[in-house]
Amino acid sequence: MTTTTLTSYRVAVREALREAMHRDERVFLMGEDVGAYGGSFGVSLGLLEELGPERVRDTPLSEAAFVGAGIGAAIGGMRPVVEVMTVNFSLLALDQILNNAATLLHMSGGQVNVPLVVRMTTGGGRQLAAQHSHSLEGWYAAIPGLTVLAPATVADARGMLWPALLDPDPVLIFEHGGLYNVEEPLADDAGPVDITRAAVRRPGTDVTLIAYGGTLSVALAAADLLADDGVDAEVVDLRVLRPLDDETVVGSVRRTHRAVVVDEGWRTGSLAAEVSARITEQAFYDLDAPVQRVCSVEVPMPYARDLEQAALPQPGRVVDAVRAVVG
Amino acid sequence: MLREMLRVRRFEERCVELYSAQRIRGFMHLYVGEEAVAVGVCDALDPQDAVVSTYREHGHALARGMPMESLMAEMFGKVTGCSRGRGGSMHLFDVARRFYGGNAIVGGGLPLAVGLALADRMRGQTRVTTCFFGDGAVAEGVFHESMNLAALWRLPVLFVCENNLYAMGTALARHQAQTDLALRAAGYGMVSWAVDGMDVDAVASAARRAVALVRSGTGPCFLEMRTYRFRAHSMYDSDRYRDKAEVEAWKQRDPLPALALRLRADGSLDDETWQAMEAEVAREVDAAVEAAEAAPTEPVEDLTRFVRSESAPS
Ligand SMILES: Cc1ncc(C[n+]2csc(CCOP(=O)(O)OP(=O)(O)O)c2C)c(N)n1
Repeated sequence: MTTTTLTSYRVAVREALREAMHRDERVFLMGEDVGAYGGSFGVSLGLLEELGPERVRDTPLSEAAFVGAGIGAAIGGMRPVVEVMTVNFSLLALDQILNNAATLLHMSGGQVNVPLVVRMTTGGGRQLAAQHSHSLEGWYAAIPGLTVLAPATVADARGMLWPALLDPDPVLIFEHGGLYNVEEPLADDAGPVDITRAAVRRPGTDVTLIAYGGTLSVALAAADLLADDGVDAEVVDLRVLRPLDDETVVGSVRRTHRAVVVDEGWRTGSLAAEVSARITEQAFYDLDAPVQRVCSVEVPMPYARDLEQAALPQPGRVVDAVRAVVG
Repeated sequence: MLREMLRVRRFEERCVELYSAQRIRGFMHLYVGEEAVAVGVCDALDPQDAVVSTYREHGHALARGMPMESLMAEMFGKVTGCSRGRGGSMHLFDVARRFYGGNAIVGGGLPLAVGLALADRMRGQTRVTTCFFGDGAVAEGVFHESMNLAALWRLPVLFVCENNLYAMGTALARHQAQTDLALRAAGYGMVSWAVDGMDVDAVASAARRAVALVRSGTGPCFLEMRTYRFRAHSMYDSDRYRDKAEVEAWKQRDPLPALALRLRADGSLDDETWQAMEAEVAREVDAAVEAAEAAPTEPVEDLTRFVRSESAPS
């Protein structure tokens, strides 16, 4: 019988980093304020004292250079974990991520592996306004050559880093900023998790709610509301945004015959659009209703609380979308 | 070094012919006139040192010891090419020789070099990573970020700026507020100096000094190579932005005949040796072309190989 401890998402990520650095001396963490400050979200608090400034490296404000240096260090035999404060800032390093990390293996005819892990915060809900709140992981999920992960649970926050580090290719891990304080029981011997499959977080028979990262809790809350109305929703957590696990998603839709995708990205060109298209391609004749999407409203994220909440996917909007497909 | 410069020159001259014959396609940037830089710098490097390059990298690749056959096959898009036909002229790679591309984003290779050097430092290696880039790259934000990071962490990087006075068609004074590029590097607290890039001996001795300094652990070094490209920026460029007279004046300083002349003067080169060298290089080029012509292309079924690694996570 394994015992569990109530653990926060933040601590789970920290423990994953600590374990990785103790297991493999090639692993090191670098980014803005990861050291002395303890990470802008407190993830790496204490790691500098424990592992020293070589392994927990504060970088200048220079996203392109330190992400690019992470790529170079990975090529050079290290296993860097690069922290980018938020996905908005990662756009300054997009050239390095897309034109180098994702591309070098192919361009070199298989010679140059980039075993790099980049972690970044994503998402809104904390009234940080438009330059600190966007959910752009769907854009990264569009890039061949990358693996894109979105841990939505404490167990995934604990368990995705190590397999990501074992991957010979670049892996991006998106941590939703609203999750760091979430606490869940975590097995004391919690270890690596499968980073290739989606997970059914709640079984159901009437409709499939597909979510990931920050929207998993939204989908689960919607499922609770629906249950009160006698609608039995299944909730699938994508977990891996690239490559998508079609089998789990489509398998669920084949059982429930209805699907609603919940995605904090903007609707146009979203990951939700991709998931919806795949369901239509692969399970059209199993569908009893068109696939619905609940995404962020297409505005730069506002500061004011009411406006921000109105822009983000909420359980109520998911319930409404489900009502539209459950006849 | 004469022979190495000749190999680069004759290789590219043949590439021009093959380009006209449409055997080679895509963007192709020639190095003619700048050979002394690649040859002089690579002469100062040890086999375990790394090189990061740009899209104008035929010279760097050959001087680094990459086989001409694998380059030519890559230009033809053949599976025997160094990048299995997926890179072409702008993306030559040879990891065995620690040649890490071939980067067609101006400035894109700079942080890679910083990272390779960081890995060496963290693993206790005394290797040097050399990064070639043009004067155009100096205006990019990532240049400044990379210089700062390398200097801050005292990483073993040799920055080699090939100042050929033009970024495509834009003259140095039209794109740089400070045209003394070595001075710019000095602002990062980096040892830096300018070198006559048309004189291979000057390049090699400067590079040896710089490499020794970098290897000793004092941090990065910056060399501004004052050089010139005799040909257009790329095969698509009609070269209207500079004076014919300016080009002719620089051609008078062609590093290849200049070195040959010096070697003749000190008696270490005679007609016979020169002709033998020419013939040998011509044979090498012929053989590379023949092999490239004969080589197969990657089967289209293998199109999606090397997007992710085939090796399972270990
Ligand atoms: C980021 C980026 N911007 C623009 C270009 C288009 N471009 C290709 S080469 C070049 C000029 C670069 O000049 P320089 O760095 O001096 O190198 P040189 O070609 O003279 O060797 C430009 C603008 C590019 N490849 N990458």
